[in-house]
Amino acid sequence: MTQKKKSATKMVPAPSHGIIPERDLHVAPVLEARHLGIEFGGLHAVEDFNLIIGKTEIAGLIGPNGAGKTTVFNLLTKVYQPTMGTILLNGRDTAGMNTMQANRLGIARTFQNIRLFGNMTVEDNVRIGLHNQIRYGMFSGIFRLPAFWQGEKKQHERALELLSIFDMQDLASHQAGSLPYGAQRRLEIVRALATHPSLLLLDEPAAGMNPHETEELMENVIKIRDQFQIAILLIEHDMNLVMGICEGICVLNYGKIIAKGTASEIQQNPVVIEAYLGKRKEN
Amino acid sequence: MKHMKKINKTFASNLITYGMVVAAFLLCQLAQSGTLEWFKMSRSLRGQLVPICVYIVMAVSLNLTVGISGELSLGHAGFMSVGAFSGILASQLIAAAFPEASLELPRLLAALITGGLVAGLAGVLIGIPVLRLRGDYLAIVTLAFGEIIRNLLNCVYFSIDGSSFHAGFLNPSLPGKLLINGPMGATGVEKLASFEAGFVLVIFTLIVVLNLVNSRSGRAIMAIRDNRIAAESVGIPVTKYRMMAFVTSAVLAGMAGALYGLNYSTVQAAKFKFDTSILILVFVVLGGIGNIRGSIIAAALLTVLPEVLRSFGEYRMLIYAIVLILVMLATNNPAFKAALGRILPHARRENSLKEADKA
Repeated sequence: MTQKKKSATKMVPAPSHGIIPERDLHVAPVLEARHLGIEFGGLHAVEDFNLIIGKTEIAGLIGPNGAGKTTVFNLLTKVYQPTMGTILLNGRDTAGMNTMQANRLGIARTFQNIRLFGNMTVEDNVRIGLHNQIRYGMFSGIFRLPAFWQGEKKQHERALELLSIFDMQDLASHQAGSLPYGAQRRLEIVRALATHPSLLLLDEPAAGMNPHETEELMENVIKIRDQFQIAILLIEHDMNLVMGICEGICVLNYGKIIAKGTASEIQQNPVVIEAYLGKRKEN
Repeated sequence: MKHMKKINKTFASNLITYGMVVAAFLLCQLAQSGTLEWFKMSRSLRGQLVPICVYIVMAVSLNLTVGISGELSLGHAGFMSVGAFSGILASQLIAAAFPEASLELPRLLAALITGGLVAGLAGVLIGIPVLRLRGDYLAIVTLAFGEIIRNLLNCVYFSIDGSSFHAGFLNPSLPGKLLINGPMGATGVEKLASFEAGFVLVIFTLIVVLNLVNSRSGRAIMAIRDNRIAAESVGIPVTKYRMMAFVTSAVLAGMAGALYGLNYSTVQAAKFKFDTSILILVFVVLGGIGNIRGSIIAAALLTVLPEVLRSFGEYRMLIYAIVLILVMLATNNPAFKAALGRILPHARRENSLKEADKA
């Protein structure tokens, strides 16, 4: 099954270095990172990171523990300001922006250690994601003007619509912190989707999920891509998931890209095998 | 369907809060009128009615900063004093401008609005540097600002001379009638405040705070409190909403201050010292951080308590402190909570949820 999905997409070289799916060749790429790097007191956590992601690509970022994958996410979402290089999001340079501005430009993420608003309901979590999509002012809220009622109604409807992607609309009034682990991960994805991104970053979306849930997640990631026509970049250790749904894969080790390519290319790349398994002893 | 249940739940909870305040108001009015022989209010207690309203507003507004927005502010009395002095000034200037007309209500309204606006302005000015900080640092700087405001107001002189007015700083020799006299404070204030006005202000504050909490802006404020990084990652402008909560809180404190100022014939800046800020924080902590209804009850009870304990004479504040400690211990005691849970199933459910969170 996974083999079939892989062969469905033909990956072609992008104008700059890197590859993107053939279907995205005629549109501008959603993300272009050029020579991206960050230094923490002399330590190069990420160095010369080049990546191009097509408009509707599902890309994977893999690598051994401590390779700098989450640091890349933090750079892309401007939690850290890069000390080198540029990030182009939908063709716009994000230099000098903060996380909030990067989000408004179309980049949304989930977190490795779940960061939900645990004391609030599931629906309120999604509504917070809708903050910039369905707006009304503070005074309308305080004095319950018509804009408040309209806005609340729209937020409610949209929140349930988004929750229905994962079939979670029945959990809307539950406390987010009381959900099972897998559901919390899914809720985080819904919250990120609510911000209407063009690039969704998923940090280990399958962590803590059982094989059945992971299978479901894979289908849902593809469904989200098809339905919203967005690009998805995910960090994942579950190789079934990565090799199953990622079209372009980028392997990171010690803060540097050691390989880029399609799933089958990556699987056969000796450098990648070495990074994961170590060198075969000659004897 | 479930969504409606949730709305109804918050709505019902808010309704209980409003109902409680209205019922307390009506009871006080009944006791004040003295229609029932056995249900009367002592004179000293009657004098506490306006301060109770003021402290309720102060506690609820501080709860917006401390509980809803999650910033520990120790300078809330500073905003109260700014509101008090600007409010008094506004009412006095209107009285001077129209000496013939009796404009009690418009003057009171003008005082409240001016007090709120000026305190809000102070909130913006203080918020710009303060809201760059977090946690303990923010608490220390707000404490300092409270003290700075008090010391500044100690040096302000303001006089009215016919149709012109004069303001001076560290300069008591102003022509005409002194309205604000440095460390002596505002003198010759007409008592415009009334219990009814206090009640209206409490209701207004509740409407503002409760409606704010259950709106888009309120959710953003709480999101920042719960998880700042996550809030930023979904595009919430953190500074804007922290500022919004801080300034709203300052405006309400300013209005409360104006009402407080107009309840006495003289008001000195020394009344709004650090102790007052801490007292209000005690109301908030005792009532439960983030719990608006608790703030109201705590503010009312703790304002009345010293009056009730008057019979203990010199030991009054000692008893006050002991009661405070006992209540704090009891509300944090699992056995007490369990006992409460047996009476109130609602409380039991919430407690068990909290315990589960801790585990």
